[in-house]
Amino acid sequence: MNPQAEGTSTHISKQFNSELEDVKNQLLEMGGAVEQQLADALVAITSADSAIAAEVLVQEDVIDSMEIKIDEECNLILARRQPAASDLRLVLTIIKTVRDLERIGDESSKIARMAIKLAEEGHYPEGIVEFRNLGDRVTRMVNLTLDAFARYDAESALEIASDDLLVDNEYGSAMRSLITYMMGDPRSISRMLNLLWALRALERIGDHAQNISEHVIYLVKGMNVRHAPLANIADQVSGD
Amino acid sequence: MNDMSSKKPHDAPSPAMKVDVSAVLGDKTKSGGETLSSCIDIENLNLFYSKDKQALIDINLTIPKQRVTAFIGPSGCGKSSLLRCFNRMNDLVDDCVIEGLVSLDGNDIYQKFVDVADLRRRVGMVFQKPNPFPKSIYENVAYGLRIQGINSKRVLDEAVEKSLKAAALWDEVKDRLNDSALGISGGQQQRLVIARTIAVEPEVLLLDEPASALDPISTLKIEELINELKTDYTIVIVTHNMQQAARVSDFTAFMYMGNMVEFDSTNSIFTNPRQKKTEDYITGRYG
Repeated sequence: MNPQAEGTSTHISKQFNSELEDVKNQLLEMGGAVEQQLADALVAITSADSAIAAEVLVQEDVIDSMEIKIDEECNLILARRQPAASDLRLVLTIIKTVRDLERIGDESSKIARMAIKLAEEGHYPEGIVEFRNLGDRVTRMVNLTLDAFARYDAESALEIASDDLLVDNEYGSAMRSLITYMMGDPRSISRMLNLLWALRALERIGDHAQNISEHVIYLVKGMNVRHAPLANIADQVSGD
Repeated sequence: MNDMSSKKPHDAPSPAMKVDVSAVLGDKTKSGGETLSSCIDIENLNLFYSKDKQALIDINLTIPKQRVTAFIGPSGCGKSSLLRCFNRMNDLVDDCVIEGLVSLDGNDIYQKFVDVADLRRRVGMVFQKPNPFPKSIYENVAYGLRIQGINSKRVLDEAVEKSLKAAALWDEVKDRLNDSALGISGGQQQRLVIARTIAVEPEVLLLDEPASALDPISTLKIEELINELKTDYTIVIVTHNMQQAARVSDFTAFMYMGNMVEFDSTNSIFTNPRQKKTEDYITGRYG
């Protein structure tokens, strides 16, 4: 039974309750903004739309300032409340998650920059399908991982962690397709290299989503599953 | 109490409360490469202050040797009652009935032939408010030894210096050993009381809220002292300050309404307790 799942409504200090709730909500809000960034960056590439890409680059600053604000509030909670047990894990999880979210935002901006370069060359279909497939999978990972955080759901966090293997495989096969296009038409090389950078960014986003899902397992179960083989993690999560 | 016992199977892992020291200590053994042995064993301990007032309910616990064990829990949960069982201070309370076994190094301390004065020498106690005797600093520390019949100035000088150094007080008082102990600060008095306790070379130190009447700096000095003393003594500390328990102790026991709810390594208790009651208490949700 996970005490946190019942919410934080029973602290003696109502002020502490609202501080924790507040910083948690801010994190979810930041998660929403990052999801939007990723979605926009994907559209920018698939429909060669540099206007949307430019918007993504503007929004990056907003996400950076959210990161700083959440960090500061976590600092204050640590200094003022000395949280313990699940409260401590919540604050630590938020501090770590905020960093991964910010990196997802950065990677989305990289994709947006590539989208601007690609758009300058016009609309070509090669490689877009591969990009869209990987993009959909990574988007789903980010969505699910934020849901898992909001619901303290270690089981679905675990599923996400295993999704990252699929992302890595798909990245590998997309890369091979792009190489085939390059060999077929050397004039597409610069374009394909840009697309390859964008794919690389997607793969990194998958890694960050996996990190967040590991933070969620730590938050809910109190165990550190980073760098452990997936099968062991599954045993631990279900065994507890 | 019926109410509590009906709740027990739900919240407290009933028979498993014979604390699995080997399991808890097992981790430590692995990481530290040293084996821990038990100092005080408590088995099925029940304590009644009167017929219908049971203060401790079926406590099973093992206090590891040369480690710091902290008791935490809300007021009236039985922490101090339990602590006072370890040197039979409850003998002084009228109508107090104790059932069960408390053994020190494997010997039952409640047997009739046990010399209580000697037991209390082996298991020293320090209270919330510093209680120096109205004598000089020197005489406070030498007191226990003098009672034992030791009067050689050389032996006493040596013991006083050694104890005051161990209590991290020597440098502050070495030039005024003959001043009254009542003239030094509260924090110094508390360290003096600790020096007086360790002068008679006990095995166990029981600290009942040793820093709660002190300012933050004196508190840190006491905590630092506890950390130094644990290499030579088994220390059991009762504290309301959970951060203090987290800082100074190796093992923590959480008590609630006379029950031992959870006993584990301090790290586990403060980052990932197994019992919901423990979680609620240390995160400030109890109440």
